[in-house]
Amino acid sequence: MTGKPYRLPDDSGAGRLLDRSKPLSFTFDGKKMTGYAGDTLASAVMANGRRVMGRSFKYHRPRGLITMGSEEPNALVGVGTGSRREPNLRATQVELFDGMTSVSQNRWPSLDFDVGIINNHMSRLFPSGFYYKTFMWPKTFWHKVYEPVIRNAAGLGVAPDGVDPDSYEQVHVHCDVLVVGGGVAGLAAAQAAAANGKRVMICDETPRLGGIADISNELIDGKSQLDWVREQAASLTAADNVHVMTRATVIGHYHHNYLMIFERLTDHNPALAAAGAPRHRLWKVRAGKVILASGASERTMTFANNDRPGVMLSSAARTLVERYGVAPGLMGLIFANNDDAYITALSLKRSGVGIARIVDVRENPQSEIITAAQDAGIETMFGHAVAGVETSAGGKQIDAVKIAPYVKGRGRVVNEITVPADFIAVSGGWNPVAHLWCHNGGKLQWDDTLACFKPKSHDDDIAIVGSANGTMDLAGCLKEGYAAGEKAGGKARLKKPRVVVRKQAPVEPMWFSPATGKYNEGNKHFIDLQNDVTAADLELAQREGYESVEHTKRYTTLGMATDQGKNSNVPGMGIIAEATGKAVPEVGTTTFRPPYTPFSFGAIAGTQRGKLFHVIRRTAVYDWHTSQTSVMEPVGDWRRPYCYPQGGESQQDAINREILNVRNNVGILDASTLGKIEIKGPDAGEFLNRMYTNMFAGLKTGKCRYGLMMNEMGFLMDDGVTAKLADDHYLMHTTSGGADRIAAWLEEWLQTEWYDLKVYVTPVTEQWSQFAIAGPNARKVLEKLGSDIDLSHEALPFMAMATGDIAGFPVRLFRISFSGELSFEVATPANYGQDLWDKILEAGKEFGIAPYGTEALHVLRAEKGFIVVGDETDGTVTPHDVGMSWAVSKKKPDYIGKRSLEQAFLTEPGRKQLVGLATTDPNEVLPDGAPAVESGKLTGHVTSSYWSPTLKRSIAMALVKNGSERMGEKISFPLADKVIEAEIVDPVFYDKEGARQNV
Amino acid sequence: MRYSIFSLARQALNYHKGWEKAWRSPELKPSYDAVIIGAGGHGLATAYYMAKEHGMTNIAVVEKGWLGGGNTGRNTTIIRSNYLQDASIAIYDLAHKLYADLSQEFNYNIMFSPRGLLMLCQTEHELRGFQRTAHANRIAGLECEMIDRQRVKELVPIINDRDDARYPILGAYYQASGGTARHDGVAWGYARGADQMGVDIIQNCEVTGLLRDGDQIVGVETTRGTINTKKVAVVTAGHTSHIMQMAGVSMPIESVCLQAMVSEPIKPVIDVVVMANTVHGYVSQSDKGELVIGGGADAYNNYAQRGSFASLEHTATALVETFPIISRLKMMRQWGGIVDMTGDRSPIISMTDVKGLYVNGGWGTGGFKSIPGSGFVFADTIANDRPHPIAEPFGLKRFVRGEFIDESVASGVAH
Repeated sequence: MTGKPYRLPDDSGAGRLLDRSKPLSFTFDGKKMTGYAGDTLASAVMANGRRVMGRSFKYHRPRGLITMGSEEPNALVGVGTGSRREPNLRATQVELFDGMTSVSQNRWPSLDFDVGIINNHMSRLFPSGFYYKTFMWPKTFWHKVYEPVIRNAAGLGVAPDGVDPDSYEQVHVHCDVLVVGGGVAGLAAAQAAAANGKRVMICDETPRLGGIADISNELIDGKSQLDWVREQAASLTAADNVHVMTRATVIGHYHHNYLMIFERLTDHNPALAAAGAPRHRLWKVRAGKVILASGASERTMTFANNDRPGVMLSSAARTLVERYGVAPGLMGLIFANNDDAYITALSLKRSGVGIARIVDVRENPQSEIITAAQDAGIETMFGHAVAGVETSAGGKQIDAVKIAPYVKGRGRVVNEITVPADFIAVSGGWNPVAHLWCHNGGKLQWDDTLACFKPKSHDDDIAIVGSANGTMDLAGCLKEGYAAGEKAGGKARLKKPRVVVRKQAPVEPMWFSPATGKYNEGNKHFIDLQNDVTAADLELAQREGYESVEHTKRYTTLGMATDQGKNSNVPGMGIIAEATGKAVPEVGTTTFRPPYTPFSFGAIAGTQRGKLFHVIRRTAVYDWHTSQTSVMEPVGDWRRPYCYPQGGESQQDAINREILNVRNNVGILDASTLGKIEIKGPDAGEFLNRMYTNMFAGLKTGKCRYGLMMNEMGFLMDDGVTAKLADDHYLMHTTSGGADRIAAWLEEWLQTEWYDLKVYVTPVTEQWSQFAIAGPNARKVLEKLGSDIDLSHEALPFMAMATGDIAGFPVRLFRISFSGELSFEVATPANYGQDLWDKILEAGKEFGIAPYGTEALHVLRAEKGFIVVGDETDGTVTPHDVGMSWAVSKKKPDYIGKRSLEQAFLTEPGRKQLVGLATTDPNEVLPDGAPAVESGKLTGHVTSSYWSPTLKRSIAMALVKNGSERMGEKISFPLADKVIEAEIVDPVFYDKEGARQNV
Repeated sequence: MRYSIFSLARQALNYHKGWEKAWRSPELKPSYDAVIIGAGGHGLATAYYMAKEHGMTNIAVVEKGWLGGGNTGRNTTIIRSNYLQDASIAIYDLAHKLYADLSQEFNYNIMFSPRGLLMLCQTEHELRGFQRTAHANRIAGLECEMIDRQRVKELVPIINDRDDARYPILGAYYQASGGTARHDGVAWGYARGADQMGVDIIQNCEVTGLLRDGDQIVGVETTRGTINTKKVAVVTAGHTSHIMQMAGVSMPIESVCLQAMVSEPIKPVIDVVVMANTVHGYVSQSDKGELVIGGGADAYNNYAQRGSFASLEHTATALVETFPIISRLKMMRQWGGIVDMTGDRSPIISMTDVKGLYVNGGWGTGGFKSIPGSGFVFADTIANDRPHPIAEPFGLKRFVRGEFIDESVASGVAH
């Protein structure tokens, strides 16, 4: 490695994070390379002499890294292979490990030779928004020709294949104070907040605390900043009341100080993943107070061809040298409008990297650091700006930098000089990282002195300190950090470190550096690097009337790349301001939205995937069912047995057998999924009166009543039987699918409208197993089991209920029937469910008992003309429409939906009404949803349709216009391939008198 | 100025310095024949068709912010017309047909892309629901079909088609002519078209009051002055109730936040639009390569354009389960928009009890796909001062009569 020109020697003092005793091998675009432990992928690739790491989105121009961290727009790579490949990773953030496979993106056939570069040569035809102006003829060509070509050329990385093998998890935590960012200000804030025993969390996006202290040159308490932050980090890590997190990005700030922290646990070390550690963890934090110490990010400067590999931020150049021992090039030029770049110059020089000169826009800046640079023998050139670069190798290599006196505006450059250099370290000033401040409504204001937006006000309990707050000096950062920590943590006062306040020369904003030649003709001044948005594009948008910054953004795609405008927003607004003659704050700002940096969908889903995605709810008898049948049907979150085929039986045969067995002998159904809600309190009866269409107040204890529930619009939303257990105590049954919805519905009314009612609502669906024992032999089975309840028809008639024992099990026993047969529903605490089920089957053997599934249940009820809410109803159906006017009280003063039910359209004659259908050919089963068509108009549809083994013919129910007045009429149902004819009949097909259930 | 590859080439010679403004920034006049409040897709389309179909060019569209900045610029750009109820089919089919020709009509490429749209069937109940819709659509003459799992897999190779999936794919309801369009392009195309016919689009002009003389509307007060006019059309979805209240009209609308998000751009993985209503999520891939993802609305009323993380998680989780590769992709941007919710989740296109006051809103989660149809029938309603036949069922009267247009059976979540 020492043979490479870019890796600085160990004795240069550069490369603090490297462990040069641990070489790591990896591949980039198939080429084997070597780096060291401590490298990022970006630094290692550069150390191997490769500067071009990616291609831009639109023009496919070669690009190298420009930043030092998560805001990187250029050096995007894919890491990993197959189902573990991850596209669009920022190489500046990827920690190198041994054996890493990485690839560049958005190029074909190779990074060095990309045919997409033709777009660059034709770029004059492709200004922003060109696609709105062309590709319109012939009409079908957009979708069939142009768009597919564009789609294939677009996109960045390649998605992984197949199912993600890694795991993800989520954690919910509370803390008193969350400090976001582990730089100097954040550390001070955390120390002060923790000093009084508060529970503090501090997290940082990078692998270690300290921010940029290690690449800064001032002293704290006479020590280097690096030593100071190490001490602070160590003491916070050791403190019991502080939780330190690294590789942890706060991606969003939501209402009421609810924050999401995205923690990466294994991406830097695949051995951890192999050992089963989760890959990412999403922390959902509810913080009492939030202190943002998220730092600042450096801006680039806008000059001609400022996108060439080798142009990078001054902080990135410094980081490469100081942390990773990588020279950005052999001879660099520093281009700045502020003092910070001088630290870079000194750092590079100290490490033996050549510095051609510092070009500073400012006329005659004076400060200590500038003098220090000059004293170190670095040539400075004030009042000048970089006007362009000379490149070779197709723009991949910078050879020289063009410098000209700086004149504000768009004038032509004269008196240009050329200086040989192969990289440019640029500093255009710093922007506070105030994204999180803005997520939940924080306001920003423009600061003319700093030439940036800085935080103004916020309604939440949130503070912002340090450079994130526009405080760009060390002493100020410390002061604000401690103050915010103390304010959040209480009175304990810490001894504050001493810092020598060093005066900086003010920054001078420079939004645009003119180039030679006519303005904008052939030169590209890039603003949004990844999306290839140039200054000319932004001006074009203004010229064409896309003047709102939001229009400009959408028209040009400024700020829409994966860095979400971190690098381009403020420079872009500077350009727009100059083009329109406005001040930057008049141009406006775009909204910062979560996430702060893109993060994995895997982390959002956490463990809710595969088996844990909508966990299957199981009744107590679930395992028995699955041992008897493989035909299970999803019902809400439940899985219920659809039917129980025996010995090679078809499903249809099994269903027919199960039905006939209920009609002739006795069947048993696991009805535990039925929603069960206990309603208790002195006003329970009144509450039910308001929720149901029919009267419940008069119901006697020990009796059951079928109830219909409507929404406010007068449409059916649920039904079920409610039993009265005691004067103030009812048990409501809902549909299986509606259990949760109805419980929430009841609560909503109680909590928001009828909070004066003394009623508690408790969903108990899972607390009880409930079985329907239905058929002529049902009573015999129960008698054989033995009960202290009198099971006779006289003592326990239809629609009665009792509490007692059956076969020693505590039960609630209901005489209710959804099959039309003699039927008992027996409920026992769920823990006894399987035992009772077994006992019933055993006792029922001699009476021919057999389990039946959901399909038999549905056919049995359809034969009886009972509706299923959701089948016979669809949100537009009233009780009257389904022939249940008898269940709509005329006496009750009010109940939900009553007023709506009186509306004109709902009381009109000729509405769609529920009818039975008998197909002319009794063997023809209508498909569900089949349309009734009369005179070319849709006048109804089939709601349920089955083969009835009891009647040995097809049966169906339908909603048909004016159906209840049209008994005996024939209507047709045209299908795609045939027409089925049916007669309108009474929907009750079997035992119209209800004699069978009433015995 | 006509747009074409030739004008592009001509302008390229001049470094694109000769392009004219896509629309003017006119001064507000003291009076207009009609004022449309809200320069979103629906408002601009209304203005466009009033000028084009009815010759009403002395009209203004006033907009609080920037045109196209509301839900028109915040949706997931899905276009389809496979609704269940006749009234819905009529308006969405009209919109669909108009969309197909808009680029050519505007001379502005809105990138209408009939790439195909599937609504997954993941439970028997859902399957039966779509079968019913399929029959209804067949009778109405829409070209849609039920497709089986194999065909779903061919159209959507990244779908989780395992038998043991929590909600196995039982099939899908497929509208081959459904698809997407570029949402900003639609707003801008209508704006440019309306502007060219003389319509004044006044941005950064907030309405502060509606003026009535008895039961007749007579003007609009704005932050840029008072406008005299006899016709006012309120097209401010998300703030319909708020604006209508200025004329003393209460609206049967609740406002909730609906979120959407995009992934980072990746090379093409999905060519069609997929809606998965059982698990509450839908996805398509933009021409830029981002997966565009939408889901359910927040359960609470809200005017802030910020949704809850819980809703977003619900949606993302559904997508990870349905399209497993999404797990390793990254969510790049999320945003929220305030949508009007009516009781039956169908829109309001209506006259009101105030003469000269018209309202178009209540689009819930389904406004974008209907923009051309909505604008067309609303323009006709305003110009002729009587409901267009396709608009009539969507009038406010339905809330008094109970004649709702409920699509809930056909689409659990998303319109």
